[in-house]
Amino acid sequence: MDPTTLIAIASIITAGLTIGIGGIAPALGEGRAVATALTALAQQPDASATITRTLFVGLAMIESLAIYSFVVSMILIFANPFWNHVIQAAGK
Amino acid sequence: MQLSPDQLIFWHYGFVKLNATIVFTWALMVLLVVGSKLITRKLSVDLQRSRWQNVLEIIVTAINSQIGDVGLRPAEKYLGFLGTLFLFVASATLCTIIPGFEPPTGSLSTTVALALCVFVAVPAFGISEQGIGGYLKSYIEPTVIMLPFNIISELSRTLALAVRLFGNMMSGAMIVAILLTITPFVFPIVMTTLGLLTGMVQAYIFSILAAVYIAAATRTRKSVAKPVPGSKT
Repeated sequence: MDPTTLIAIASIITAGLTIGIGGIAPALGEGRAVATALTALAQQPDASATITRTLFVGLAMIESLAIYSFVVSMILIFANPFWNHVIQAAGK
Repeated sequence: MQLSPDQLIFWHYGFVKLNATIVFTWALMVLLVVGSKLITRKLSVDLQRSRWQNVLEIIVTAINSQIGDVGLRPAEKYLGFLGTLFLFVASATLCTIIPGFEPPTGSLSTTVALALCVFVAVPAFGISEQGIGGYLKSYIEPTVIMLPFNIISELSRTLALAVRLFGNMMSGAMIVAILLTITPFVFPIVMTTLGLLTGMVQAYIFSILAAVYIAAATRTRKSVAKPVPGSKT
């Protein structure tokens, strides 16, 4: 196998693993955060504005982890720096 | 497959390139500026007012009350900055229903620019609120050991703001593009609707995070963290 194919295989498998594993933890965290926020809302409906806002801010923080995994996997597939290097080296 | 609207080039002359990000950013700016100018040209205070004035009043009042809820008072001082952030990101999302429109927030350059605005605005508001000494002292609270971590958090949250918005908008556009090649008829519409929802949530989150950071810098955050008195049984 030539290096380009190897890099392609590694990139695609790693991208799948990245988004797969990177999705698990934020999903668990978001589920926990939403469940706790719903409990808090049920106990104190008066504080709904504060709870909802804090929930959104927290969800954004957790979600950015999943977004990082997504961006990394997209880079691995579509803008892989090693790929570009190999293509450039082959062109010479 | 393109990762961002930066790669869609409309016109170039020498090294000057006019890509989709610049074009659509300026289109949005023109839309916002001309639209609000047209609406506010003849404002009225009596009950006979135009529908557009009502719409604008609802938007401004809602943003104002949201900023006030975070603990930034007077909210009018921060309305210009935070409201502009929200309106720009929200209108960039809403305009994606126009065919051919690529949201400029799907490009990392735009989101980094927006995050840099927040990065500059946080110390600016902090210094204007409590003086340069008071602001710099917030970096060594509670102890001096926290100084490097505070600086790292300042930088990393700017990066997080930029990458979060970029990732969300890029993923929305990309999923629709992929689905258009697989199931070209109905399913992309559903995903576009979902993209509109996540885009609006992102606009909200971007501006509320900026508001929270500014509130932390102006040291009014304690009023937010305080629980509502008397509601706990």
